[in-house]
Amino acid sequence: MIESLPPALILLAAALLIAPLRGHWRTAVILAAPLATLWAIWQVPDGVVATITFLDYQIEPLEGSPLRRLFATIFALMVFTGGLYAFRQARAVELAAAYAYAAGAIGVCFAGDLITMFLYWELMALFSTLVVWSGGTPAARAAGIRYAIMHLLGGVILKVGIEGVVVHTGSIDIQPMLATNFDTWMILTGILINAAAPPVSAWLADAYPEASPTGSVFLSAFTTKTAVLALILLFPGEPVLIWVGLFMVMYGIIYALLENDARRILAYSIVNQVGFMVCAVGIGTQLALNGAAAHAFAHIIYKALLFMSAGVVIYRTGKSKCTDLGGLFRTMPVTAACGIIGALAISGFPLTSGFTTKTMISQAAADESLMTVYLLLAAASAGVFLHAGIKFPWFVFFQKDSGLRPKDAPWNMAVAMGLFAALCILIGVFPEVFYRFLPYAVEYEPYKAGKVVFYLQLLLFSGLAFFLLLPLMRRTLTISLDSDWLWRVLLFRAAAGIQAGLSAAGAALQARRVAGFAALRSRAEYHFGSGPAAGKRMGVFSRTWSIGTTALWIAILLIAYVLVYVI
Amino acid sequence: MNDDSDHWLVRPATIRWLWRGFIAVLVLTVLAQLVFAAKGYFGVDGWLGFGAVFGFLACLAMVLVAKGLGVFLKRDERYYHERESDD
Repeated sequence: MIESLPPALILLAAALLIAPLRGHWRTAVILAAPLATLWAIWQVPDGVVATITFLDYQIEPLEGSPLRRLFATIFALMVFTGGLYAFRQARAVELAAAYAYAAGAIGVCFAGDLITMFLYWELMALFSTLVVWSGGTPAARAAGIRYAIMHLLGGVILKVGIEGVVVHTGSIDIQPMLATNFDTWMILTGILINAAAPPVSAWLADAYPEASPTGSVFLSAFTTKTAVLALILLFPGEPVLIWVGLFMVMYGIIYALLENDARRILAYSIVNQVGFMVCAVGIGTQLALNGAAAHAFAHIIYKALLFMSAGVVIYRTGKSKCTDLGGLFRTMPVTAACGIIGALAISGFPLTSGFTTKTMISQAAADESLMTVYLLLAAASAGVFLHAGIKFPWFVFFQKDSGLRPKDAPWNMAVAMGLFAALCILIGVFPEVFYRFLPYAVEYEPYKAGKVVFYLQLLLFSGLAFFLLLPLMRRTLTISLDSDWLWRVLLFRAAAGIQAGLSAAGAALQARRVAGFAALRSRAEYHFGSGPAAGKRMGVFSRTWSIGTTALWIAILLIAYVLVYVI
Repeated sequence: MNDDSDHWLVRPATIRWLWRGFIAVLVLTVLAQLVFAAKGYFGVDGWLGFGAVFGFLACLAMVLVAKGLGVFLKRDERYYHERESDD
């Protein structure tokens, strides 16, 4: 049935074709497959479309709903624009891996049961690792291995939770739950690892910036946002998520402020932005869930735009550190303009997509009278402008004159950036068109004069703070330690320490053994020896006795024996 | 854009004008609150210039916290490379 063609399979087939095809055929597949996927996504009706019986389970590989279609749509749009951005520059293996990775993300969108979700989840883990490895450097290889370990571990934890839920409830359905017992905590933990929640947020800023300039564009979109979708589907209104989200928001800002590498700044700000969504899922009202979904949609666009802009800079200059960059606006006006639009959107400036989606989350917090949450989110909005909204474009495109005069973006990269920049503004200017696709009916009005004034004050005075505090933010050639220090250094040291201790113990045992044998040998030679080792005297047992003495001793022993026997 | 070192955007005169314009906009956004009263959700956020003060102080606090944590967390960028290239 053509109606029930799983959209993920189209992209998976495309991934298989991209590797062997060459030239225009490959380009055609790269550009046409996401559009075909998009078409297929909008053919998926609401409810369960297909079921397969596997063992005793009813597998539902395809289930539609407005929320699922919304996420699948932005994933497909992302693949199309990412493909356009990358097809002339990226290696075929990277593109194939990225398409398979996206297929996993779209598969998760339509997964009607936990088993299907898990399969696509692992598909994402495998192929995103390949995308990281496509960075091609030794650092990318090492980061890819750390990334894979973290995601496979997350997968195992998720699987443990799923098994527990299946055994204890008998249901593999994807349905709202709360983290109340071991099984659900395991599922929540497995999902949160993919969302880059604490204490393992470090994998994101470790791996994404090591991928190629094109690879990190794909990476920025899928893993964390499928985790957000999974949270909306499985844990809406789970209170712990509010605080996990707020922690992520603040963590992202602080680490981005300390960071020198342009792409790592953007990576930390993914954690920050996903924190907004996780917090919204924790609030759990219809407006909050709308806000989480809308923000994920808008976020994928402007974050990819920012990574594209950084990617062009790295592609043209080979440099990504703020200390090496600066003044690029002179020769890269298109890239700079697109970077600035992305930066304004991520900051939630009025008339950009960030404003019309992020303020929904703040509104939801206010509606629930969560004053602390509301104020922390407002502070975080100011912080986003500080660390991403100004810091990224300022240090890359303005700041000092680095003397670099690179060419502007190649045409395909420029068109891809232009497309996403336009979407950032369209969603900001015509939010009501976009709101129609949200999972719940929207009665939210983003552009109220009072609110716009409040956010303008908040953001512009953050800008003032940035320029006044610039001396405090001088870039240094440093990295910042994160929780991954625990396993990259502490665990490593502990293992090295244990190894050293064991080998010392082994050496001591060996010395004891040698000394013991030497002592045994000298005793033996003392008693039995006859050679020079026994010294001048012969050992007792190696002396030769005369026949007479021997006969006498035998007689004495026999008499003693007879006496003992008789008695 | 023929002479890079003297791009109009980086001339001191332009930067002075940008600062003046920026400060004028800042003042305007606070004054705008007199016309478009923010109703505020919790009382305090309806005060005149609340967004301005809150935004500024939040940024100040975050920069200072980052600076303070940086003392403990910052390492030379070769930190992990030296460690992990041994094997």
